[in-house]
Amino acid sequence: MSNGSATTGPDQITGATPDNAMRNADRADSGPMLAADGTTLKSSLNRALRRQKLRALMLIAPLLIFVLLTFIAPIADMLFRSVENQIVSDTLPRTVAALKDWDADGETLPEPATFKALYTDIFIAQERKLHTRLGSRLNYELTGVSSLFRKSGRKVEDMGEVYQDQFEDLNGYWKKGENWNALLGTPAWLEAQNAWEEDSGAAQPAFEPRPEIAAVLPQTTATFEIFADFVQNEDKDNLAKKDPWALVYSALYDDLTAGADVAAYAGPGATELQEAAAAVSGFETVDFPTAFEDIDEDWQSLDVWQTLKVYSPNFTSGYFLNSIDMQKTVDGPALRPENQRFYVMLFMRTLFMSLVITGSCILLGYPVGYILANLPAKTANLLMILVLLPFWTSLLVRTSAWKVMLQQQGVINDTLVWLGIVADDSRLALINNQTGTIIAMTHILLPFMILPLYSVMKTIPPSYVRAAKSLGATNWTAFWRVYFPQSVPGIGAGSILVFILSIGYYITPEIVGGRTGVFISNQIAYHISSSLNWGLAAALGAILLAVVLGLYWTYDKIVGIDNVKLGG
Amino acid sequence: MTTSSNGTAFVEFDRVQKSYDGETLVVKDLNLSLPQGEFLTMLGPSGSGKTTCLMMLAGFETATHGDIRLDGKSINNIPPHKRGIGMVFQNYALFPHMTVAENLSFPLEVRGMSKSDREAKVKRALDMVQMGDFGGRRPAQLSGGQQQRIALSRALVFEPELVLMDEPLGALDKQLRETLQFEITNLAHELGITTVYVTHDQTEALTMSDRVAVFDDGRIQQLAPPDKLYEEPENSFVAQFIGENNTLLGTVKEIKDGIALVELDGGEVIDAKPINVSQPGERTRVSIRPERVEYNKDRLSPDAHTLKAEVLEFIYMGDIFRTRLRVAGKDDFVVKTRNAPDQRRLKPGETIEIGWLAQDCRALDA
Repeated sequence: MSNGSATTGPDQITGATPDNAMRNADRADSGPMLAADGTTLKSSLNRALRRQKLRALMLIAPLLIFVLLTFIAPIADMLFRSVENQIVSDTLPRTVAALKDWDADGETLPEPATFKALYTDIFIAQERKLHTRLGSRLNYELTGVSSLFRKSGRKVEDMGEVYQDQFEDLNGYWKKGENWNALLGTPAWLEAQNAWEEDSGAAQPAFEPRPEIAAVLPQTTATFEIFADFVQNEDKDNLAKKDPWALVYSALYDDLTAGADVAAYAGPGATELQEAAAAVSGFETVDFPTAFEDIDEDWQSLDVWQTLKVYSPNFTSGYFLNSIDMQKTVDGPALRPENQRFYVMLFMRTLFMSLVITGSCILLGYPVGYILANLPAKTANLLMILVLLPFWTSLLVRTSAWKVMLQQQGVINDTLVWLGIVADDSRLALINNQTGTIIAMTHILLPFMILPLYSVMKTIPPSYVRAAKSLGATNWTAFWRVYFPQSVPGIGAGSILVFILSIGYYITPEIVGGRTGVFISNQIAYHISSSLNWGLAAALGAILLAVVLGLYWTYDKIVGIDNVKLGG
Repeated sequence: MTTSSNGTAFVEFDRVQKSYDGETLVVKDLNLSLPQGEFLTMLGPSGSGKTTCLMMLAGFETATHGDIRLDGKSINNIPPHKRGIGMVFQNYALFPHMTVAENLSFPLEVRGMSKSDREAKVKRALDMVQMGDFGGRRPAQLSGGQQQRIALSRALVFEPELVLMDEPLGALDKQLRETLQFEITNLAHELGITTVYVTHDQTEALTMSDRVAVFDDGRIQQLAPPDKLYEEPENSFVAQFIGENNTLLGTVKEIKDGIALVELDGGEVIDAKPINVSQPGERTRVSIRPERVEYNKDRLSPDAHTLKAEVLEFIYMGDIFRTRLRVAGKDDFVVKTRNAPDQRRLKPGETIEIGWLAQDCRALDA
């Protein structure tokens, strides 16, 4: 649109144009057009263009890969994190399985077997140091779970030691790790394990359970396998020199009380086993529900178990519900209590303030753009430098400067007091609230409004306004009816830029926003770096992304994205 | 500089000057008046001040000095939108965000005309330029010629008494330009509106205008009807700017009976009509139109001075022959002759004698 002169697209002409001639020719013979060598014109054109396309692709490949790695992939990861919840079923697999049949709506606690599964899970988790992570994760949903898990992790070992002590008191045989290895492992493995040297650098021979004993003591063997795997692969310790976990003794007790056919077994340690089998009936037993209650009364609370059950699936909508002030309950999603609602208000505030910022950028930027576009090039360039100057100054410096300007003892308040507009004891609160954020962000984002406005206005020839005036329009009518409609694409482009930038702004609200002037992005940053609730941060981010895309779509529907011009 | 003010002046420039930078004058002492209904063209090379004059008349530029009067009233301090002058711009300036009908309706709307009146007037204005079916289109969907017609009818739709046109046909191809030249003059005469037309195309100026004001260097060099301008240029700028022209430099030897004897720099003597020379010894540039040069001896008066000429080139152009000659040391001397049955076709290398009637050869300023 250089001067608004004849811009007649070929499609608008109904006479003979090359385009129309081609179309008519196409219509005339319905078959595909053939090139000189008999192939279809299309395929021969494709062949001719393939090299060009390939070259174009190679030129953009570095950027494409860069964007994929640094932009698309993180976004995909973030979207995934906002629903991902494998930590519960990974850490407490047996408990999750046991809870499947538990009626969460009821008034009764889960079966003792579930407590037993929990004991096993927490025992393994605390050995692997995973129980605190799960605790923090579930603490997002129910306050107190974190300390509950930490406490349980510390004390769960005591429960197993009840059996361990009794077995060891019965016979010193059970104390020694090598006896356990000989009892449960194959001879071949045992030999290899004993021959293995820690400093050799070779891999530790993986534990192999002996089938004869596995048939007699299935739980013990399975538990020992977990133990062996942990020692060999996670702890990187020599299994030959390790004594088993208390958990293994519990499993042995379970096997023996379940009526293991020890008489049929004749391998190593058969006598000790038979002795133990005879003795177990007199053992002191552990009642798991009570034992857990002894650790912490919370294990008797339905809330804890309901939370565990609600968050046991691998994927959860919990983070998203949380982002819109709702929570998952056993009865489905429900609103949070009023005093815990926060995010919807924050989203609304972010949208509202971004709109206000965009509006003030239009109001302030439009006249500047107009003047720039209508001044002689030399003056315009000078003024343009002034507009661009903020771009060359660090964002932090600019924002901090606003802190100096806006505070109660700051430049603006001082001036107002000096002028007598404001009384000294009622200085304006311009910072650490929404006003501060709006003022500072309008200033910071103003160039993003002025530049597109300028470049669009630059393309509006002065003859339009002149024409309007010569046709009898007053200055205002000429502006409003003729100039302004043509500058709307610039407003659109500037508004989209400013709005989308401000909706995700972080630094400035953080510095000048105080408590009431912060945006949703500050909350996201808080969850990323302080509370470490990445799932919630991801869900908030995903909602923000969806809102921006939604607005963009709406804008396209109403104004049309073709009407957005950054210049030309 | 001629000011003809026959009858009452409708538009009048009175000692108007314009400077943009306070150092140089773009328009120097302009005096011009035109009666109602006249089609006046301002013709001149770019930078000659013609567009500035138009803009001052329209109100987009203010005169640094002097008075511009419309219908007897000074309009210096009247803003453009109150002058009621129709204007057609070089790039048409059709509002791209409005349809053709909305464009035409705009001047009526700002005048507060009722909707039905507007529609009737818009329809009439569109029909006037044979564009009745195009009211719903956007300007971008029209060809250049169609846009120009719309721009014209928009300038006329509110029935102004004065219409200004700023090189309106500049962007069109030759054929379309000729058609539109004809249409514009017809419309202007039919409606009886006064038109000031700016162009740098002399053909356009000659074919369309009642009078032409030739601008150069911020002044009107000559203001005259087209035929007079062509045949009787008053100075060498006009002679060279309008039409094709042969010039020869020389010194006046003698002026007698309204005929000047001019001795060319090579020593040859020719007859000329003294225009800007008054006494012997003055340097002069004589100007003669190519079609007034004669090489058929029978058609020259016996006592006429002739010049020796060598034929350099002969171009057959259909209706005419165009022959390039070397005359008095200059080899860009052109002769045009009609393609008549008895016309002799010259051959390159041939040497001939050329001459002319004294009144066709004008001795102008050097």
